[in-house]
Amino acid sequence: MENNRFELNAQLAQMLKGGVIMDVVNPEQAKIAEEAGAVAVMALERVPADIRAEGGVSRMSDPEMIAEIQAAVSIPVMAKARIGHFVEAQILEALKVDYIDESEVLTPADEENHIDKSKFSVPFVCGARNLGEAARRIAEGAAMIRTKGEAGTGDVVEAVRHMRQMKKDIKELCALDPEEVMPFCRDNGVPYNIALQVRELGRLPVVNFAAGGIATPADAALMMQLGCDGVFVGSGIFKSGDPAQRARAIVKATAYFNDPVKIMEASKGLGEPMVGINCSTMADDDKLAGRGW
Amino acid sequence: MAKRDKIGVLDLQGGVHEHVYHLQALGINPVRVKEAHDLDDLAGLILPGGESTCLIRLLNIFGIAPKLKEAYADGMKIWGTCAGAILLSKEIENEQAQLGLMDIAISRNAFGFQVDSFNTKVEVPKVAKGEIDLTFIRAPKIKSVGSDVEVLLKIDDYIAAAETENCLATVFHPELTPSLAFHKYFVEKCGIAVTNGVNIMPDRTGWMKYARITSPNTK
Repeated sequence: MENNRFELNAQLAQMLKGGVIMDVVNPEQAKIAEEAGAVAVMALERVPADIRAEGGVSRMSDPEMIAEIQAAVSIPVMAKARIGHFVEAQILEALKVDYIDESEVLTPADEENHIDKSKFSVPFVCGARNLGEAARRIAEGAAMIRTKGEAGTGDVVEAVRHMRQMKKDIKELCALDPEEVMPFCRDNGVPYNIALQVRELGRLPVVNFAAGGIATPADAALMMQLGCDGVFVGSGIFKSGDPAQRARAIVKATAYFNDPVKIMEASKGLGEPMVGINCSTMADDDKLAGRGW
Repeated sequence: MAKRDKIGVLDLQGGVHEHVYHLQALGINPVRVKEAHDLDDLAGLILPGGESTCLIRLLNIFGIAPKLKEAYADGMKIWGTCAGAILLSKEIENEQAQLGLMDIAISRNAFGFQVDSFNTKVEVPKVAKGEIDLTFIRAPKIKSVGSDVEVLLKIDDYIAAAETENCLATVFHPELTPSLAFHKYFVEKCGIAVTNGVNIMPDRTGWMKYARITSPNTK
């Protein structure tokens, strides 16, 4: 068996299934996350809630800070590059991060093109609001997909919208007659070969996590019951009153997403959740999901 | 007294569907172990790959770890793949041992980073004739084994597979390859006959049938 880099990268994501990936900004938080049972951490300088509050251009984190987090934990370390910024991705690859998130949370470097991910050895995860967007990213080489819910809001509504849309698109595609597939691909911007794979599998051909606005154990279990393979939690943990306890609770609720009694127990006495921003009151310009296409 | 005639897969986090799919290809219908009582009928339990810190936390919180040790003492055999092998180890480099059921010393994530993950093909004489595919994902290395442990596969400076009478540890992921050899080997180790031939080779995406959004439109 030859080393098939894409396959190995998609398989690392398979090993993360049923787990929680947590945003952390320093080695101390990374250790808290690992101790709480996170399956990976996302190393970044500011969590999305702070990026929103502070504004300005948001870029890849300082490699030194990412390296400190890599040294602090044994679980996989992910880091974000700007959409289309392939040099930031090259730097993160040189740093040997375990996964690169080509992320709309950072300020896009290219409003037209995403990174050609097939050129890299390191795996990529990308956000998607629907099947077309997910399929385009997979065709570019992404080995993992996540929803593109509004990061830093604590409002799960957009992640739910994206997952519902993804399911609707997949169901529609699978129900089509063969000759109807090509027009579907044209209308939805789905690469044809990926469409055929989706029809054969009844799902995306890579692992699909929930991300954006997840703040409670119930939010995590909701996304899992909707069919996500695992969960990213960004600002929701370290912007809450008791991060360690909330982190543990979200890990429990994700593992036992079909067990209401265990989710109820996990939801008890967690203290203050992150304050949150209601997505429906946000101006469209303030939403991050529209970045990338 | 439990009859212990089933195979289970610990279903908390990680490569669960993949093991289930491989077992089903052998004609075994496994138990997905989410609660301590799911261990009652098991002749064998697979601890899948995933993140060992996550797995052990959940095993402890939900009281599965002590029951698992009881079932092991009662004759249930255990196979740990990757993270599962870490859980089984009596000694983990720079860390506290977890279940500690197998006298092996293991070093976590010993190859480096994800870019160092790899595939290889080797022969494991005790398990199958001919070469089999092995997939190493951020794999640990078994550095040394106790006197009651038999080494099944040594590569370079590390041990990749080992067993005792009641435990099997592999630092690689047979559930991510088309080979059913290790699954067959473990099932038979548990005293369960495999009636299906081992020629059915699951494809890479086979596990996805357990995580579908909708029914596929297969040819």
